[in-house]
Amino acid sequence: MSTAPTTESKPAPPAIEKIKVKVDGREVEVPKLSPDHAGKLVPTTMIQACEAARTDVPHYCYHPKLPVAGNCRMCLVEFGTPALGPDRKPVMNPDGTPKIAKSPRPAIACATPISPGMEIYTKTPAVKQMREGVLESLLINHPLDCPICDQAGECKLQEYSVDYGQSASRFVEAKVHKPKAVDLGPRIMLDAERCILCTRCIRFTRDVAGDDALGIINRGSYNTISTYPGMPFDNNYTLNTVDICPVGALTSKDFRFQMRVWFLKETKSVCTSCATGCNILISSREEKIYRYTPRENDGVNGPWMCDAGRLNYKWIHRDDRLKDVLVRGQKSSWTVALNEIAETLKRVPPGSAAIIASARQTNEELWLLSKLKAKLGAISDSVPRTGKGDNLLVDEDKNPNTNGARLTGISFTEMGINLSKIAAGIARGEIKTLIVFGEDLLKRAVDAKALREKELTSEVVTEHGITAELLGKLDTLIVSDILPSATAKLAHYVLPGCAHAEKRGTFTNRDGRVQRFMQAIQPPGDARPEWDFLHDLVYNVTGKNGFLTIEGLFNEMAKDVPAFNGLTWAGLGDIGVTVKV
Amino acid sequence: MSFSVPAKLETEIDELITHYPVKRSASLMVLHALQEHFGWISQAAVEWTAKKLGLQPINVYELVTFYPMFRQQPVGKYQIKVCRTLSCALGGSYALHKHFCDKLGLDAHKHGVQTTKDGRFSVEFVECLASCGTAPVIMINEDFYEGVSRAKAEEIVSQCK
Amino acid sequence: MPSEYKLILKHADQPGYTPDIECYLKHGGYEVLKKALAMQPLDLPDGKRKSPQEQLRDEVMKSGLRGRGGAGFSCGLKWSFVDRRSGKPIYLICNADESEPGTFKDRQIIHKDPHQLIEGMILSCFANDVKLAYIYIRGEMPQGAKLLNKALAEARAKNLLGKNILGSGYDLEIHVHRGAGAYICGEETGLIESLEGKRPYPRIKPPYFPAVLGLYMCPTIVNNVETLCNVKHIVAMGGAEFAKLGTPNNTGTRIVSLSGHVKRPGYYEIEVGKVTIGELINDPNFGGGLRDGRKLKAVIPGGSSAKVLKAGEKFKLKRKVDGKDVEQEVDMLDLPYDFDSLLQAGTMSGSSAIIVMDDSVDIVEALANISEFYAHESCGQCTPCREGSLWMSKALHRLTHGEGRKTDADYLEKIANNIPGGRTICAFGEACSWPVQSFVAKFKDEFVAKGAADEAKRAQNGVASNSAAAKRRETVAAH
Repeated sequence: MSTAPTTESKPAPPAIEKIKVKVDGREVEVPKLSPDHAGKLVPTTMIQACEAARTDVPHYCYHPKLPVAGNCRMCLVEFGTPALGPDRKPVMNPDGTPKIAKSPRPAIACATPISPGMEIYTKTPAVKQMREGVLESLLINHPLDCPICDQAGECKLQEYSVDYGQSASRFVEAKVHKPKAVDLGPRIMLDAERCILCTRCIRFTRDVAGDDALGIINRGSYNTISTYPGMPFDNNYTLNTVDICPVGALTSKDFRFQMRVWFLKETKSVCTSCATGCNILISSREEKIYRYTPRENDGVNGPWMCDAGRLNYKWIHRDDRLKDVLVRGQKSSWTVALNEIAETLKRVPPGSAAIIASARQTNEELWLLSKLKAKLGAISDSVPRTGKGDNLLVDEDKNPNTNGARLTGISFTEMGINLSKIAAGIARGEIKTLIVFGEDLLKRAVDAKALREKELTSEVVTEHGITAELLGKLDTLIVSDILPSATAKLAHYVLPGCAHAEKRGTFTNRDGRVQRFMQAIQPPGDARPEWDFLHDLVYNVTGKNGFLTIEGLFNEMAKDVPAFNGLTWAGLGDIGVTVKV
Repeated sequence: MSFSVPAKLETEIDELITHYPVKRSASLMVLHALQEHFGWISQAAVEWTAKKLGLQPINVYELVTFYPMFRQQPVGKYQIKVCRTLSCALGGSYALHKHFCDKLGLDAHKHGVQTTKDGRFSVEFVECLASCGTAPVIMINEDFYEGVSRAKAEEIVSQCK
Repeated sequence: MPSEYKLILKHADQPGYTPDIECYLKHGGYEVLKKALAMQPLDLPDGKRKSPQEQLRDEVMKSGLRGRGGAGFSCGLKWSFVDRRSGKPIYLICNADESEPGTFKDRQIIHKDPHQLIEGMILSCFANDVKLAYIYIRGEMPQGAKLLNKALAEARAKNLLGKNILGSGYDLEIHVHRGAGAYICGEETGLIESLEGKRPYPRIKPPYFPAVLGLYMCPTIVNNVETLCNVKHIVAMGGAEFAKLGTPNNTGTRIVSLSGHVKRPGYYEIEVGKVTIGELINDPNFGGGLRDGRKLKAVIPGGSSAKVLKAGEKFKLKRKVDGKDVEQEVDMLDLPYDFDSLLQAGTMSGSSAIIVMDDSVDIVEALANISEFYAHESCGQCTPCREGSLWMSKALHRLTHGEGRKTDADYLEKIANNIPGGRTICAFGEACSWPVQSFVAKFKDEFVAKGAADEAKRAQNGVASNSAAAKRRETVAAH
């Protein structure tokens, strides 16, 4: 992690005793205790020691964030421990090294704790043979139709077959047939024949998502993953099972058969569906987004994300995106519009302008708007956006950058408190100029109680009293947005902005973690990243410059905003830095 | 069809649950009690059990599909279970199974439990019944029969009214 | 002439002996329990005191009693592993899930002398500070479950169970729990999962050793029916006296289940190691020999998972003769029936169930039968057993249904070799692969001959090109 200031004031954890073990002859020192899936310190296992020694131990059922099951048997290794004499003292070799008593039986690396002096052997002929045996067993009843399997390219069976597979199967019996294309829930399909019964999905939904919805029915070779008949697998985290399924058994209805994974470009980004800011990868090809998947960040989301956030990308490719710069309803150009706006703003009397900037805008954009606010002596705020939260990842605050809006001075502790003042100011004719970024002020407020129980992306926008009639009283209404809106329709200037996938920037999540995201695709038409054109506008209005890149802009902002002092774009790294909020 | 557990049975079940510090442990005993009463474990019975024990239905469904003694559909009034495993096979259990099937108009080569059209008899092979010294052995419902010859089989079946 | 030694079954088969408590009390029942409950702490020379519980555990350790369920592990050692400092309750479970094919000894105790088991259990629970215990009885023994429930009610009525047993201040409750048709529930951690109301998937060890993390993650003892009955006799006669029964390291008696092609199949209680396999099969006191006109072909000595012994097979056995270690070659029939001799012969006494097969048996059919059992009973939790058990069974089904190949013997051997030796979560991996490994190794020519005959028949009939087997071969070749 970065060395930038972090105010995570956790007490230093007590020093954990280290012990020495050998992995394939290489000595490594590892902590005696390591965190288990839930973060509890438990004896370090062989597989963790092997990881420390950078030795890969193939596995299917083991997942560091799930309880250990030990059922796939792929991680079997051989091992030995220092031999003890009858006096319980170590027996020494003639050369003074401890004599190692090799265990006659192998052990699963995922569940076996290490002990001082233990030697782990992962490359012996016996280990290789065991892995080959497990792989062969997994493949005998598995369909060998990789060319038409959606998992191809990210399948652990394929991957390990390269190392431990046989070129021909000796299996000549009839395969066990199980249900295919099973509709497991609204977002998940199951191919039970491809399933290797590692139970990762069962453990995830039971132990992480807290929805004991999946199980194994039948017995022995006929074991099959299943929901209870008539009870769809539909919690808000089901798609994580697709990520952790090591084979092509569980697939996402949204993504399956849309694109071969090896054609996809992965871009590091952050989910914008709520204040949690789950780290994600955007998979895209030729300016089209195909899926979001969680990107592991133990400070935020671990390896998981919610289904609602994961599927919240389709709007980016909507045909009716705002693609043109409009001046009084007519298509125009950035130069014309920004010059006109700058000239107008320069003449605005202090106190007669207001800025409503969405907490879905980035830190950099909000900061630039705060510069404009200072110059204009404007009143500002953001629009609160709340919905259902849960105890795992989903926050009630559906704005991804509430803390950014606060830290840059656009909104205040109680977000939305100024909206009615702005409405009143317009009504009284005191506020003549309104700058709106990323909000449709005329969107009707929704009653929280009216939200449907199972709806994943429901949210509430607070009633604030700004009506079309009020907006009609303004001299100048400047609106930047991504999608068409009733507010934009009334605007004198419409500036087409970008989805987060189309630009770079940072958000500050609910815990004050400043996280950056990268650009995955190009914006449509004339749309430009807001920070990019805001920079031009602020320069035109205030005469200040110095940041032509997002890096420069961020670093400038970090110097200016007290909470961000000391941060640098580079220092944020991939997992972000937490600041005091 | 509504599913209702008589008060007396529910009282028995409630007593069974007290045998365990954790309710879930009573799963098998509750299912046995329901099956004894209803003859099989319907989906409604699975759901009733789950609710009774504070479980998800899948938790119970996992058990019902694992343990072959639980019936997922109605079976005959007389359930003939013929032991299939080695000692009984050495003692002629395959011929005995075929004899039952032939006599009752069932297919001796079919896997799993088969029930006569009139619903009176079910016949199935089961694994070792732990009475290998008196092979071949069968069970009819809860009753156990050892050293079952053809003649004895005839006699047993004729007594099933 | 070798004969039975009736310790556990002393009364059970006597005419007029009934399973009710009055009959048991008439025959001295629960006297041992009374004696144990009245025991006093023992003052040791070093000033420490040994509690009655510790004294009882010492006697069991001294007795050398080995588990009668199948693994033959020292009962005293098993008890010594129990975590007594965790502050959690300690549970005891009687494993009455008698399911190993060939075995029917526990059934006799449960049906004929249930109070002996209950007394053994109460003693074992007392010795281990257990307050709540279960009898896990297989679902296919409904009458046994009823008898046990009746016996427990009788014991409760006489304050032999429940609160403050016989005024001793000791509380214990025992409940009967019924299985529902699953061999895997005989595996102690599978049994524990089943008792917790889950699928009986054996647990991984480490970390889930029952003595530390058993039932409800509390220290738990799981003992077989016969083992628990033995505890009563150990407490009655003292561990040292018990150890004089049988042979060194193979103490006490065992109830042998004898089935298959002998004249007198049945259960016989013997001093461990004092009777040979041959005597058990042929002696008039025991099996009484094979059916007339038949010759011995094979013997499975410890339940169907034990490796088969072929008639005429010879073994080198290390024995003590006049205090000296000597190696003797013995015929399989002359193997003393005990734990260690059978281990030396590469097999095991397991659950002490002997299945005898004469020369009328098609050995391939016999193995197919066994493999079908294990394929049916594999819980399917871990890969090698789940896939391997059914694979072997399918191959053997093919071989016994006219679609064999000459190469099937090697094929079976290779499949079987992928399963045992610690590759699986529990010993079921061994149980399903050992029969295949041993049958194929010892009767290889019969497997090869059967496959060759099938191939010849197919060639002769000219159906090779369109038979199902050939189609499968083509499919494989295409891969």
